[in-house]
Amino acid sequence: MLTRLANPARFMRASGAVLPWLAAATALVLAVGLVWALVFAPPDYQQGESVRIMFVHVPAAWMASAAYLFVAVASAVALVWRHPLAEIAAQAAAPVGAAFTFVCLVTGSLWGRPMWGAWWVWDARLTSVLVLFFLYLGYIALVNAFDDPARGGRAGAILALVGVINLPIIKFSVDWWNTLHQPASVFRLGGPTIALSLLLPLLLMALGFTLLFAALVLLRMRTALWERRLRALRLYGGVSLPHAAE
Amino acid sequence: MTGWLAMGGYAAFVWPAYAVAVIVLGGLAAMSWRRYRAVRRELDAARRPGDDA
Repeated sequence: MLTRLANPARFMRASGAVLPWLAAATALVLAVGLVWALVFAPPDYQQGESVRIMFVHVPAAWMASAAYLFVAVASAVALVWRHPLAEIAAQAAAPVGAAFTFVCLVTGSLWGRPMWGAWWVWDARLTSVLVLFFLYLGYIALVNAFDDPARGGRAGAILALVGVINLPIIKFSVDWWNTLHQPASVFRLGGPTIALSLLLPLLLMALGFTLLFAALVLLRMRTALWERRLRALRLYGGVSLPHAAE
Repeated sequence: MTGWLAMGGYAAFVWPAYAVAVIVLGGLAAMSWRRYRAVRRELDAARRPGDDA
């Protein structure tokens, strides 16, 4: 299915059909998730109402890493097979991943102040996620630093691949080092350790963020494909080009 | 209602956290959507016969 969709014209047709439904599903899941997280979820017996920050912070953290993995895999495909859609996918996803990482860092800080007594500590988890944020910014800057988009795309793809080393560091930082940040409580051997009444709204928000990521990446990929066609139209006048999307 | 808004004394941390998430993610979605519409319009204009753009 992926190889069939890898044709830009097919991608435009399929994504155009899927996008309205994806946007509607995103809005619905996030609306229900927000009300559940802010109203119906019980306060934690130790953290009190501050636990509600977790319903944004943890899914944003998951998406920060998942989006980076998406950028890296798409970059690898772009480097190895030179497929234009893969490069467009990586570049469309990077700002979305950066936004999730920023939300993760700020909400974590807002939770850390009352719970730890500090807005920020240089422990391994926090530092590696800050590095992830800078990797996103570096990737975006590098892609746009060249007059020739093809060269920028290649340089960015290589940076994205080198940066993958940071993902296992983020994941296992809480096991490898003595961090102030707590260890995993959902994706761990032996199953989740948090109460179902808190786990369900957390998973719903995570689903909402995943849908939001998919919708934004599709939207931004369609924009990028149109921009390429626009550039081609302006370069070659009205000459119709092969592979003209849609 | 006031009790809920107070968030058990954590209002100063819970509400800004949600506000940042809504502003950053909602802002990115709004920017992406506006760019999408603008590029679509430019493309339609560029394709119009006789239009030199």
